[in-house]
Amino acid sequence: MIIQTKIKRNAYYDSVTLMLISRELQKLTGVEEVLVGMGTDLNLDLARDLNLATSDFDTLTANDLFIAAKFDDSQIDMEAIEKAFGEEINKSAQADGDEDYQPSTLRAAIDHLPGANLVVVSVPGQYAAAEVEVALDAGLHVMLFSDNVLVEDELRLKQKAVEKGLLMMGPDCGTAIINGKPLCFANAVKRGKIGVVGASGTGTQEVTVQVHKLGEGISQAIGTGGRDLKEEIGGLMMMQGFEALIADPETEVIVLISKPPAASVAQKIYKIAQTSPKPVVIDFVGGDRAAIEAAGAIPCISLEDAAHKAVAALRGQTAEDFTSFTQPEREIDRIVKNALAKLNRDQTELRALYTGGTLADEAMKLLGYQHQIYSNIPLSPEMAIENLPDGRGHVCLDLGEDQFTRGRPHPMIDPQTRSEFFESFVDEHTAVILVDVVLGFGSHSDPAGAVANSVREVRQRLSLHGKDVVVIASVCGTDLDSQNLHKSVETLEAEKIIVMPSNAQSVRLTDKIMQGIKGA
Amino acid sequence: MSVNNLFTQDLKVINIGLKSFYNDLKSQDVTAIQVNWKPKAGGKKKMLDLLSKINKSN
Repeated sequence: MIIQTKIKRNAYYDSVTLMLISRELQKLTGVEEVLVGMGTDLNLDLARDLNLATSDFDTLTANDLFIAAKFDDSQIDMEAIEKAFGEEINKSAQADGDEDYQPSTLRAAIDHLPGANLVVVSVPGQYAAAEVEVALDAGLHVMLFSDNVLVEDELRLKQKAVEKGLLMMGPDCGTAIINGKPLCFANAVKRGKIGVVGASGTGTQEVTVQVHKLGEGISQAIGTGGRDLKEEIGGLMMMQGFEALIADPETEVIVLISKPPAASVAQKIYKIAQTSPKPVVIDFVGGDRAAIEAAGAIPCISLEDAAHKAVAALRGQTAEDFTSFTQPEREIDRIVKNALAKLNRDQTELRALYTGGTLADEAMKLLGYQHQIYSNIPLSPEMAIENLPDGRGHVCLDLGEDQFTRGRPHPMIDPQTRSEFFESFVDEHTAVILVDVVLGFGSHSDPAGAVANSVREVRQRLSLHGKDVVVIASVCGTDLDSQNLHKSVETLEAEKIIVMPSNAQSVRLTDKIMQGIKGA
Repeated sequence: MSVNNLFTQDLKVINIGLKSFYNDLKSQDVTAIQVNWKPKAGGKKKMLDLLSKINKSN
């Protein structure tokens, strides 16, 4: 094995493009490890950790591209790797429609597109605040997808946005639907009369998808970024969005989604809710139910429940907590019985492998108090995944968290990370595998296919021990998404995966099966 | 432009960063333009701070 690098000065490509190309180059025969990236501190550290760095790395800047590879020189050489890189870049450029004119600065773009009203920013975090400032100063609304933006920059930019009456959605805002157009990671849903302000991406996706499935639609879905309801930011964008939806004649019911906010921020939100002339449904996942009710708002027990209650409110009805299943109880009992019959006595463990952060969070909140679950988002510090004793116990992972996405794309874009966990984390003690399949813009072209492949491989492996496994999935997507809900469900069911209509229901079914295992 | 004004307009988007977001917008017939962005001053912090100061003083 030898290690070689190739450096291309002043050749900039975005990180997702390069991470996906790294993955393709990794498949070349003779290549053991390869990393393609820009010369940012983050990428250079990663190359050093992978033992791929060479002495000329010290001269790299963030505008320089590097290809670093460890390979068997009897099978392949650097020239062939570079050639494969060139082919991948060309493929990507063709898909990107590079013939369109692309100004080199935001200011030039503003001049070139008169009447522009929104800027979507997804440059690396350390450069993002400067671009957002230019946009806000020009009177443009902003969706800031980038993460790693300093909290003081976020506060300053949001204060400026509020002063100017603008949206500054983010940082780390993955999902929005503005005027019926899904932005970044969002699903194609019907337009309608339910408005959403969400501090969590997949939380907003699940609610908008469930509203669509219930036959209603979305007026606007405004993202705030995950830190908005913390003390430091004070809920500036949730309040701005909330008030805009109250004033919006197309919106008749408002849904607010967030993890439990800071107490002082919650008070500000409740104050607006108290005076809202429109019904307000609040899902502060695991939040203070009594306080929400005292504010005259409608509390929820899950993301799906939020959608049910919003639709009921729109139709002038009241809805009880949705704690059960779409299918009749008898049918669920049959599914549980069949599932338990598949398992051997020593198959007792849960492996929940999530790509959507809020969906993972919801699973933890709905399951974690009944079962001891180790996680990278644990309900208590002693249940941190690092404390998993000898690999034995229930596990729920949010694979989109930073520790799993270093130098690789988010698992919603590239299912490879989850496929690896299927290989390494599922064994003959696993009873239930629980997964989410997130469709929509931004997501992989066939996430259901990737899960189906992994499940097929796992079952083949377990069959060597004379065992099978129960797999439960929910699909966060619609019939209008390019990946198509119906097709995705078919793909999963063809591999004998139990597909439930929502994350909450797949978690509930998992709970029933795990209770059955305990009682056996 | 207030948030509620935005709700009454056709979206016109400037995308700066990941090109896939631009492609998704185009596929929905949203008027959009992609900025051919790269880090200014090779991403070197000292130079960036200096550039920012020059821009502000202009």
